[in-house]
Amino acid sequence: MSAIAKVYRWEVAKLLAQKRTYLGLGAAMLVPLVFVIVLVLQTGGPNDVPLGRYIRDTGLAVPFVVLFFMSIWGFPLITALVAGDIVAAESHNSTLKTILTRSRERGEVFAGKVLASFSYTLVVVVAMGIVGLVAGSIAWGFHPLTSLSGTKVSAPHGLGLLAASLGIYVLPLVGIAAFGVLLSTVTRNSAASVVGTLMWALLMQLLGVLPGTEPIRPYLLGTQFEAWHGFLRVPADWAPVIRALWVCALYIALPVFAAYLVFLRRDVAAE
Amino acid sequence: MSEAPPVATRGLVKRYGELLAVDHVDLTVERADVFGYLGPNGAGKTTSLRMMLGLIRPTEGSVQLFGRDPLRDGARALAGVAGFVEGPAFYPYLSGRRNLRLLADYDDGDSRSRIEEVLELVELRDRAKDRVGGYSHGMRQRLGIAAALLRRPRLLLLDEPTTGLDPAGMRDMRDLVRRLAGDGITVLLSSHLLGEVEELCNRVAIIQKGRVVYQGALRELLAGAASGYRLRSPEPGRARAVCLAQAGVEHVTSVDGEVRFQADEESVGVLSIALGQARIAVTALVPETASLEELFLDLTEGKVAAA
Repeated sequence: MSAIAKVYRWEVAKLLAQKRTYLGLGAAMLVPLVFVIVLVLQTGGPNDVPLGRYIRDTGLAVPFVVLFFMSIWGFPLITALVAGDIVAAESHNSTLKTILTRSRERGEVFAGKVLASFSYTLVVVVAMGIVGLVAGSIAWGFHPLTSLSGTKVSAPHGLGLLAASLGIYVLPLVGIAAFGVLLSTVTRNSAASVVGTLMWALLMQLLGVLPGTEPIRPYLLGTQFEAWHGFLRVPADWAPVIRALWVCALYIALPVFAAYLVFLRRDVAAE
Repeated sequence: MSEAPPVATRGLVKRYGELLAVDHVDLTVERADVFGYLGPNGAGKTTSLRMMLGLIRPTEGSVQLFGRDPLRDGARALAGVAGFVEGPAFYPYLSGRRNLRLLADYDDGDSRSRIEEVLELVELRDRAKDRVGGYSHGMRQRLGIAAALLRRPRLLLLDEPTTGLDPAGMRDMRDLVRRLAGDGITVLLSSHLLGEVEELCNRVAIIQKGRVVYQGALRELLAGAASGYRLRSPEPGRARAVCLAQAGVEHVTSVDGEVRFQADEESVGVLSIALGQARIAVTALVPETASLEELFLDLTEGKVAAA
């Protein structure tokens, strides 16, 4: 096993041993469940959001609708909870000096941490998708999905579209996680990093709805949460998907690279 | 490379703004040394150790561990090196054993196969499955030693390893350090406890306000200090007169019916013959060696010229 893989494995093990990990994961799984229960118990629906009006047609629609609601602050908060803590917790516990005086290079330790925080983001989104799909299918069945173009797609095809949509939806979240890792590395303070990351994510959302921001809107991180709409059109609209790929790559790479430089050079002294 | 000393720092400086925490420290720790790094709190011991372990970057100067610089060579410079600064730190939500497994995976070599052995050595096997968050300070210190020993170190850097321990814990920790040194491990031990250093170390460096004010063999430090003798006799007046007349016997004074003077061993031998020839009875002739504590206070309070 490579050095980075060993570090990654332990970063995951550490996440699994901490309550905050389950807090975020639990919330991601609870939201679609509550959503379905509430919709089963009442007659109204989220008709204004993409696929909202078809939510009772098929369980496949549930994860898509929850994606919309969770993108505002739900997923950014869950992401920030872990990414903002991933380096700062080591400062808090003074354990950075413990692991940096073994045989692993700083770059390897950093890579393991970054990969673990990104993995967590992927896991919470997939967990939400699965719970939403299962709960929705139990409530309304596993039927063909109505696309954003108004055409029906078969249930298996809809499942593929869901997987692709979750995949592209993770990217802006990873961008938020990358910013969280940067704050976590620079501030060495978990609370400041979590709050700062969430504020940054909300600011991105805010910029997207303010008048006069239209020219930059396609390049804001918040906009990329809608890239999955491209998959739900017939034929597929690849433009928002491709834009999300490169825009998110920048939002991920720049903070990670900055955090990497700080992590390599930082003094590990008493906090 | 194999001949390089375990620790060699040259012109090591760490500055925090206006504060000069470490001021041009040159330290050399030789193989099999149990090297005491002594200084009052805040003298710069821990900052020096952090630089040695590559945790903080020196403002100036260099560190070499077995000929490798932690800044230049990264983790490779720490091959064969283990220890802790400012007390060992672990993940409180993991058990003692899982903490060691984690650290073993952060090591090259066979650390993982040694976990049970080192837990046994520090007598923590019974509590190894408990979370470190519930450990006492002493248990954490012992786990810190266990974590260091996983790496089969040739050099152990221990920062105040007995701080916060009860007397029995301190004794056990010192016994452990003595045993490790007996196995040929070079130990650099920072401490402000003089008795501990006097008991364990063969060489010392004394640091005050970031500067090394003495470095060398502990024995030489103690022997080289101005040593005196106390002479007790039924005839102190006559004895004093013989002392005053004797070549090589200096600073003769009378205190509480005793004669006190300074002399080297050879002169004291000649003096004893002279006293016998003068038929002056001697009931006691006792060397008075300065304690490490006195020397330490003298050095750190600047009363003795820097070595």
